[in-house]
Amino acid sequence: MAKLKDLAQMEDRLVAGHGMCLGCGIPLIFKIILRATEDPLIIANATGCLEVCTTIFPRTAWNVSWIHSAFENAASTIAGVEAMYKALKNKGKIPADKKIKFLGVGGDGGTYDIGLQALSGAVERGHEFVYVCYDNNVYANTGGQRSSATPLGASATTAPSGSKSPGKIQGRKDLAQIMVAHKIPYVAQASPHRWQDLYNKAKKAFEAVGPAFLNVLCLCPTEWKYDESKGIKLAQLAADTCVWPLYEVENGRYKINYKPKQKKPVLEWLESQGRFRHLFKEENAWIIEKIQQDVDRDWEWLTRLAEISSRP
Amino acid sequence: MKAVKILNGNQTIAEAARQINPDVVAAYPITPSTAIVETIAQFKADGMISSEFVCPESEHSAMSVCIGAAAAGGRVMTATSSQGLALMWEMLYIAAGLRLPVVAAIVNRALSAPINIHGDHSDTMGARDSGWIQIYSENCQEAYDNFIQAFRIGEHLDVRTPVLVGLDGFIISHSAEPVLIEDDREVRSFIGEFKPVFPLLDTSRKITVGPIDFTDYYFEHKRSQIEGIENSPRVIEEVGREYGQKFGRFYGFFEEYRMDDAETAIVVMSSAAGTGKDAIDELRSEGLRIGLLKPRVFRPFPHEKIAEALKKIKAVAVLDRASSPGAFGAPLFTEIRSALYDYGQRPKIVNYVYGLGGRDINVEHFKEVAAKLQKIAETGKVEEMLGYLNLRE
Ligand SMILES: Cc1ncc(C[n+]2csc(CCOP(=O)(O)OP(=O)(O)O)c2C)c(N)n1
Ligand code: SF4
Ligand SMILES: [Mg+2]
Repeated sequence: MAKLKDLAQMEDRLVAGHGMCLGCGIPLIFKIILRATEDPLIIANATGCLEVCTTIFPRTAWNVSWIHSAFENAASTIAGVEAMYKALKNKGKIPADKKIKFLGVGGDGGTYDIGLQALSGAVERGHEFVYVCYDNNVYANTGGQRSSATPLGASATTAPSGSKSPGKIQGRKDLAQIMVAHKIPYVAQASPHRWQDLYNKAKKAFEAVGPAFLNVLCLCPTEWKYDESKGIKLAQLAADTCVWPLYEVENGRYKINYKPKQKKPVLEWLESQGRFRHLFKEENAWIIEKIQQDVDRDWEWLTRLAEISSRP
Repeated sequence: MKAVKILNGNQTIAEAARQINPDVVAAYPITPSTAIVETIAQFKADGMISSEFVCPESEHSAMSVCIGAAAAGGRVMTATSSQGLALMWEMLYIAAGLRLPVVAAIVNRALSAPINIHGDHSDTMGARDSGWIQIYSENCQEAYDNFIQAFRIGEHLDVRTPVLVGLDGFIISHSAEPVLIEDDREVRSFIGEFKPVFPLLDTSRKITVGPIDFTDYYFEHKRSQIEGIENSPRVIEEVGREYGQKFGRFYGFFEEYRMDDAETAIVVMSSAAGTGKDAIDELRSEGLRIGLLKPRVFRPFPHEKIAEALKKIKAVAVLDRASSPGAFGAPLFTEIRSALYDYGQRPKIVNYVYGLGGRDINVEHFKEVAAKLQKIAETGKVEEMLGYLNLRE
């Protein structure tokens, strides 16, 4: 078990001075993930809040080798870096014992949407890398447009609520399941409020042989519209309502890492954020009902998968 | 050992790639360049190259892999055509902007729609402002020679710019001809070791590649990128000369064919220049003083040298294998016409778009052009500045 005290003493690979919003979940997530390996690390970062806020030339908040090339290709970019590493090792231009870890990073837009193909391809080809999606449910960097990770009923600027619209009318794409379907050694969902769990998952991902994928819930006070001091409690609420289950799939076996003693109604989650405010109008009541049904269905399904996996 | 082999254009490029043995090859199949990718894959499967061969799920990813690999710090190549190059478009600019000397063999093919698999230059002409150096080849031998030189040019520390080598789809890619393949070791020694500049894989340096630039820096960074390609003419000349000294085939920015006392001239790139030269021979034997100029390097455009070569000609026809809808002439024509603007003495100039979608161009079409040029030279009058060849109207 990692101790917070020890982690705190490690060198920061993402340092202070970046321009992310007050209460943003991104630095929180990456400060933990980047501590989960002590090997040299190279990161390819998709366009999005993390990339833009950390590297406004001539400053950089990265104390680690880092590249940004475009929005949809963090996975293929890191695959290229990894391929070169293998090539130069084969040719003896890099010492055989030199270990480097490779990390692709994207938001939900860069991962669920525009970068899904590149991620699928890189994972299918078996490049040795970890991919982390920080899922804030929205294109935050560009001002709050919908993504396929935006939940049912949330208002986004390209799926706004209005007198004739309850906000986004589609549910979320289940990216973690898509990644499981690639039959890679490690897939997990995590959240920053359980830092130990996030740390463990990042460590497993870095140590996996083959590609590994982490989907991490990312708080975004700016687009979710809540008081930024409440962030970590919100993350807890996402787990307690089962809106964001914490689980991992190791070599195809499911394990739920957190089961709320008493599953809270999604209503509490919806009430906590301005992006859902319009759902409390009478005509939108059916949406709230539907959200609860969807969450219950998904949780039930996940529980069954974990149950099957626990059988010998 | 060097040897003459009977190879088509695709096999020739693959053969050069085998000799060069780049660190990473990332490429996606598309007609007519597929065989380059397949052949390199087979070389890898047979242990004839030690390159990492990556076969991504799209050309967009192929170029992204090239970018990641080149930034990591090594020699990188790809090959594609047409829609594949179009799908790479976003990443072409990024490879150039990050100053990564990726080399690409582009087997020129028409762009959809309508879908067509045959050769024209609309693909690479669409990428002409992407910041890549562009070199075009008349035949398999030139494709081989250009491809080898491309690594030296792009990787030169004063240049550090990606380079594409064009060869015409089917006409070159699928036509076998004798090609002198130089000795493996000689080719390798000509190219030399790759010199990484700020490689990501040197993890002790912890560099940030590709940060965001705003109004305060973007412009200066773009300016310095442009400087790279502006430095390239000197390097292109040096490399072409050194290649000639080593292998006996010298290269410059363009080739002049029977231009010495020419009164009229045809400018045409790539495979059609071969047909053009035959036509020039016939026309010369009929007593016409006509020559041909074949641009090899299109980016950077050798504007001064071409203008010097053409300024005393009475009438020039520029043949373009690409159109630029709505523009005042096709790409090669606008470059040349603009290059001549400052000269007091300059030729009358016309433009013909030919060969779109692989439409044939033969000696008769060149003769048609020659007749029109002759009339312009005699009358000093241009009746039709922009036209087409071998097209049913
Ligand atoms: C090809 C392309 N399309 C669109 C954009 C504009 N764009 C930049 S970032 C972004 C949204 C990023 O959303 P996400 O991946 O969720 O990251 P976040 O901003 O939430 O951190 C968009 C649409 C782009 N840079 N490139
Ligand atoms: S918009 Fe959201 S994700 Fe982006 S920096 Fe601000 S809080 Fe973080
Ligand atoms: Mg997002």
